[in-house]
Amino acid sequence: MAATRQRKPNASKEELLGYYRDMLLIRRFEEKAGQLYGMGLIGGFCHLYIGQEAVVVGVEAAAKEGDQRITTYRDHGHMLACGMDPDGVMAELTGREGGYSRGKGGSMHMFSKEKEFYGGHGIVGANVPLGAGLAFANQYRGNDNVACTYFGDGAANQGQVYETFNMASLWKLPVIFIIENNQYAMGTSLKRGSSTPALYTRGEAFGIPGEAVDGMDVLAVRDAAKKAVAHCREGKGPYILEMNTYRYRGHSMSDPAKYRTREEVQKMRETRDPIEHVRELLTLGGDATDEELKAIDKEVRDRVNKSAEFAQASPEPDLSELWTDVYA
Amino acid sequence: MTIQILMPALSPTMEEGTLAKWNVKEGDKVSSGDVIAEIETDKATMEFEAVDEGVIGKILIEEGTEGVKVNTPIAVLLEEGENASDAENAAEAAPKAEPKSEAEPEPNSAPKAAAEPKAPEPATLDPDWPADAPMKKMTVREALRSAMAEEMRADGDVFVMGEEVAEYEGAYKITQGLLDEFGGKRVIDTPITEHGFAGLAVGAAFAGLRPVVEFMTFNFAMQAIDQIINSAAKTLYMSGGQMGCPIVFRGPNGAAARVGAQHSQDYAAWYAQIPGLKVVQPYSAADAKGLLKSAIRDPNPVVFLENEIMYGKSFDVPDIEDLTIPIGKARIWREGSDVTLVSFGIGMTYALEAADKLAEDGISAEVIDLRSIRPMDTATVVRSVMKTNRCVTVEEGWPVCSIGSEISAVLMREAFDYLDAPVLSCTGKDVPMPYAANLERHALVTAQEVIEAAKSVCYR
Ligand SMILES: Cc1ncc(C[n+]2csc(CCOP(=O)(O)OP(=O)(O)O)c2C)c(N)n1
Ligand SMILES: [Mg+2]
Repeated sequence: MAATRQRKPNASKEELLGYYRDMLLIRRFEEKAGQLYGMGLIGGFCHLYIGQEAVVVGVEAAAKEGDQRITTYRDHGHMLACGMDPDGVMAELTGREGGYSRGKGGSMHMFSKEKEFYGGHGIVGANVPLGAGLAFANQYRGNDNVACTYFGDGAANQGQVYETFNMASLWKLPVIFIIENNQYAMGTSLKRGSSTPALYTRGEAFGIPGEAVDGMDVLAVRDAAKKAVAHCREGKGPYILEMNTYRYRGHSMSDPAKYRTREEVQKMRETRDPIEHVRELLTLGGDATDEELKAIDKEVRDRVNKSAEFAQASPEPDLSELWTDVYA
Repeated sequence: MTIQILMPALSPTMEEGTLAKWNVKEGDKVSSGDVIAEIETDKATMEFEAVDEGVIGKILIEEGTEGVKVNTPIAVLLEEGENASDAENAAEAAPKAEPKSEAEPEPNSAPKAAAEPKAPEPATLDPDWPADAPMKKMTVREALRSAMAEEMRADGDVFVMGEEVAEYEGAYKITQGLLDEFGGKRVIDTPITEHGFAGLAVGAAFAGLRPVVEFMTFNFAMQAIDQIINSAAKTLYMSGGQMGCPIVFRGPNGAAARVGAQHSQDYAAWYAQIPGLKVVQPYSAADAKGLLKSAIRDPNPVVFLENEIMYGKSFDVPDIEDLTIPIGKARIWREGSDVTLVSFGIGMTYALEAADKLAEDGISAEVIDLRSIRPMDTATVVRSVMKTNRCVTVEEGWPVCSIGSEISAVLMREAFDYLDAPVLSCTGKDVPMPYAANLERHALVTAQEVIEAAKSVCYR
């Protein structure tokens, strides 16, 4: 992947501190989720976002009020980044009453109408036409909002993605297709699953502009997202951003990870970590003191611990919940 | 503070595992992400990473130990400034009890489909409109079209989308005239892309619009069935009630004529199984109109099954301002005392024809049109069977796990003591639809079969 990481930030100290905090919150939250999973408090599938934090934090930096977002089962980071309450997210992971879906959705299925977060979808590829539908609604209503639609490199091989590209381009829908290319679909590396590795070109046949972005660099992500968002708001139709990124953890919690080497992961962590990158930008430039960063670290850790406590203290849903919300 | 490292659960099903190997020893410094041990689960050997930073104070479980229960302390981690005696203390501290909930009583062992809205009042012979309403002859096609047009006039969020619905005016001319009246923004021709446009419409419904999705026929909706079920039907539940999906999926369902196996399937039983969906299959033009209007207004996803052969059939339709028929209410077409015939959609043609013929033979058949398949007005069926003590179901779909099977089960459960004969189901034959005219005739259910079944349950 193109290593174009920025050394001289085109961002204010406040912005950088904000990105740092947001990414760190995701990182620490996910680590805690992994821990709770290990303790048997979280069940089923649980897909962690560790390593990919810059993607969602960078895109969110380009969004405005009313823009929607929709993603896959690897969704905790997206929820935190759009301002959903860590307590509610963690309590959904533990399947408790205080969760966003009152314990009925779980890790892969959470929603917030208030934050325009449309899930959390467990079927690979299915959220892509749904995202275009959100964009369709924006166009129908004549507003200038944009639907940020995230999916993986593996999902990029699903047929419905191309059905959606065609319609989105045909109807000039304000949707950004954000391909989070973390190099693997479960155990299938990009080159074992994709005939052509440049996923950002996948819209060419439909006339959709695409761009490859260093997804480990929050500023590169933000700048690319700003460009894409502007394109959509001007009514020029969809845009594809291929975010080259990397997940440090297994596909889900039960992944023995035999498809890649320890060294590969270690190298990524050491040389490309998105949070370390911003930390460097903040400290090397001399803008932020160690104390400032430590204070953020502590604030984030406390926030995450509080969410873990909430998620364990919140009761399991009442059995009557079994029968509610089947019909409106 | 010392931290106990616990035996982790590394898969959804793991309860215990083997601590195969320690990659660290006492005194080693570890940071978050370092592999500290290898653990064999019920599925695979997994690397176990440190979550916290610190120094390994004490190893509590030797490598090679089998059957280590999840959540057993396996090591003690010291934070900055702590020493080995802290580790000893921590090791002795009782392991945290796991807050796993014990087995819960089954909520209710009786089969239950009660998560549904309460059924409307049971059906009577009275129509769903004022008795003195003026009537007008109308085809099912015109009825469906006027239902959509009326709802589109009433609510700007309603739009129609599908293949050939706009400029071509519908493959079966159901949307004729809609493009002229409502324009291209609200009557939308899609590419041939069922999975894609069904998903797109569901997304628009999540955002609060009210799409009416036309499938050229329901055979092609198999391409889209994931979006109908996994996205449209389940999201309200998975979101704890936040995300509604007010959408109608409509189009012709079941056999047309001589179009072969891939174009002739009846999906009523498929969709009827899905909690979160409503499923409607009207027979008459009045019901087609009133039910489609109700479906468009319904806050839930509705699968609206039509029939190509019925499109051109004419019925009396009440000529009133706003005809709606409640979803979930059956209609009694004909009162009788000897046997109850239950059907829906085009099956009603055979049921009513059979009832006429049976009357000539002195058998009085009560004919019930379910109209809605889910929720199903079983109360009306049960009440009728308590009177007639016999029941025959009629449908075009296949026999295995059919709507007839469901009714049969309901009657067994709720009217067992009233039954004087087994419930018989008249269905399409258990084969793909053949093309040859004679074979197709035999594959479909016939009025004659219904007559024979009715006579058989009457022991005549
Ligand atoms: C339709 C479908 N097929 C298969 C799966 C099982 N599955 C879940 S995630 C996944 C890999 C997806 O990889 P990618 O799109 O790259 O996303 P990532 O997990 O890397 O974020 C598979 C095969 C599924 N959930 N849905
Ligand atoms: Mg991937």
